[in-house]
Amino acid sequence: MPRKPIKLPANIEYLSVLDENGKVDRELEPKLSADDLKKMYRYMLLARRADERMLNLQRQGRIGTFPQSTGHEAISIGSVFALQKSDWHVPAYREFAGMLYRGWPLETLFLYWGGFEEGARPPEEVNDLPYCVPVASQLLHAAGLGMAMNIKGDKKVVLTYFGDGSSSEGDFHEGLNFASVFQAPVIFVCQNNQYAISVPLSRQMKCETVAQRAVAYGIPGIRVDGNDVLAVYAATAEAVERARNGGGPTLIEGLTYRTTPHTTADDPKRYRNEEEAKEWVTKDSLIRFTQYLAAKGVMDEKAKQALEEEIDHEIKESVRRFEALAQNEELLNPLSMFDYMYADTPKVLERQRDELSDHLRKKKEGQTKAGEHGGSARKAVAAADSPKKSK
Amino acid sequence: MAEMNMAKAINKALFEAMERDERVVVLGEDVGKDEGVFRITEGLHAKFGDRRVIDTPLAESGIVGTAIGMAIYGLRPVAEIQFSGFDYYNYHQLESHAARFRNRTRGRITVPMVMRAPYGGGIRALEHHSESREAIYAHTPGLKVVIPSSPRNARALLHSAIQDPDPVIYYEPKAVYRAFKEEVPDQLETLPIGQAQVVKKGSDITLISYGASLRPTLEAAELLEEEDNCHAEVIDLLSIVPMDSETILESVSKTGRAVVVHEGPRTCGVGSEIIARINEDALLYLEAPVRRVTGYDVPIPYFSKERFFLPDTDKILEAARETLAF
Repeated sequence: MPRKPIKLPANIEYLSVLDENGKVDRELEPKLSADDLKKMYRYMLLARRADERMLNLQRQGRIGTFPQSTGHEAISIGSVFALQKSDWHVPAYREFAGMLYRGWPLETLFLYWGGFEEGARPPEEVNDLPYCVPVASQLLHAAGLGMAMNIKGDKKVVLTYFGDGSSSEGDFHEGLNFASVFQAPVIFVCQNNQYAISVPLSRQMKCETVAQRAVAYGIPGIRVDGNDVLAVYAATAEAVERARNGGGPTLIEGLTYRTTPHTTADDPKRYRNEEEAKEWVTKDSLIRFTQYLAAKGVMDEKAKQALEEEIDHEIKESVRRFEALAQNEELLNPLSMFDYMYADTPKVLERQRDELSDHLRKKKEGQTKAGEHGGSARKAVAAADSPKKSK
Repeated sequence: MAEMNMAKAINKALFEAMERDERVVVLGEDVGKDEGVFRITEGLHAKFGDRRVIDTPLAESGIVGTAIGMAIYGLRPVAEIQFSGFDYYNYHQLESHAARFRNRTRGRITVPMVMRAPYGGGIRALEHHSESREAIYAHTPGLKVVIPSSPRNARALLHSAIQDPDPVIYYEPKAVYRAFKEEVPDQLETLPIGQAQVVKKGSDITLISYGASLRPTLEAAELLEEEDNCHAEVIDLLSIVPMDSETILESVSKTGRAVVVHEGPRTCGVGSEIIARINEDALLYLEAPVRRVTGYDVPIPYFSKERFFLPDTDKILEAARETLAF
């Protein structure tokens, strides 16, 4: 009587549909059309190739520090593919593939990492929030979006992402707790890549899976092979269906591995054995998905090559557009920092804008000793003199 | 005596403090095996081990909150927040607890801890990695706030912060980490918290700054000397809280003119407090209104335009000349 076990709904499953050799489990295989499968592959490959190109741009100093998304495409695409356009997508910062699928132009995302605020502006008609750098904080926005959908009676869902490290933040707990208490239609997807910069999973949490934390919130939780786009899709489609029909949130943990550094500023050799990373490269999502598509007759070698060429061309064109934007006088105008602060600009900001404008003009006229600024700075000074654009 | 940059000098202070006092522990994200994303904790984990150099889970509120517990239990925790842009997660712990324990327990429980964080712009960092929000902490009664400007004072100030009986926010100007080297003496040095330094003597105008803004301020002072034959006095605040009013007032009473320089936003910024103190106690000595060269009241722009936000030599020079010509 005084001490007995409490029965908990602890049923945490692991789901794998397509193994690392490209072998599919026919019973678990989701029903996706050939076009859908090709589309999935296309966005995964686009993100992969563009990520590689960005690394190049970063090394050349054409964009800044950025977190690579290589190895995170299957979790991103597998989950986002279960959404309708009218649903909401709330990324962290490795959902490059999913954002491209949702309609963010490549050059816009290049702009973000290239140091331009314009890169955080979601395109019209895209129900996404921009990249979110302060980890786990976005999970509460997702919970709030879902609560608002309930309040307004909309049958939409929210898909949001976080990393294994983020699951240690208080905001993670608060996000899951709110969503579960209020039965908000939110799917929380963990990109468990086993490292938070240098800190391995074992130091991040004592429990075995992130998924089992769902038990504490009284919601379904599942761990899936994060390099298996079909498993991610199957688990998410199920969760989306449940959420849309009033069944509340789900926690999905995709298990992958960060084969790259955390960001371009990180050196993993300082804290881990790179043999471990190499082993995971062989489990890559694209390798097995290519094999699956070939075996299924969805994409032969010729079609694959044609797609690769198409994607490479698309990236090249996007880089060209990005570089044009990065030289655009309006985007470079220093006075734009005062825009979009409030619906109505307070006088104090107008005064500060005028102060900077005067300073730049004087500098241009050589009234003060010019600094050692390069061409782009001069161009920006020129841009500052162009008439203010009304919004 | 050895020449070193600020990153190395802060590292040296941590190393020395841990060697001298076994109550000193270091905790934070990636401070152990990785030795900090800016390598500030280099060699500490290898020397002092897991027990005193603690790689924590990714949770700033957790880091600062547990540091408070450790301090209460008698340790001297030095908590690292990887970038000041993430210390809002733990602000609650500082405001509600670290800053108040002494006061609300009538002196029975105290929190001798340090929170270190790199702050400020100028290194082409990502969004949320370049802010200067020292004014938030300055506006939190119960906290001390110090900001070094050079390798030597960085090392001395950190020793003082660690030895201080109260919670100290130690903001590190990341743009200065590897910007220049300076001789740092072998013997241990401290700097009294609450004391500013006159780093250049002058009689015509007072330039007041701290942290990363001090260098352009000094450059402007040199240009005033060379080009205008004007002798600017430059004050390095070092301590935001408590603020050294005496050094400021003494200088301004002499020069009658002042410009305050910092990269944090202007409204209710540290400069506002400096000017209020000048107005309260030295108004009649003023020959001109005190000018502010600061960050603007906007989030620091992403890196393509951040340089236009930051105070630079030209802006300081311009403000100083206008103040002199008033």
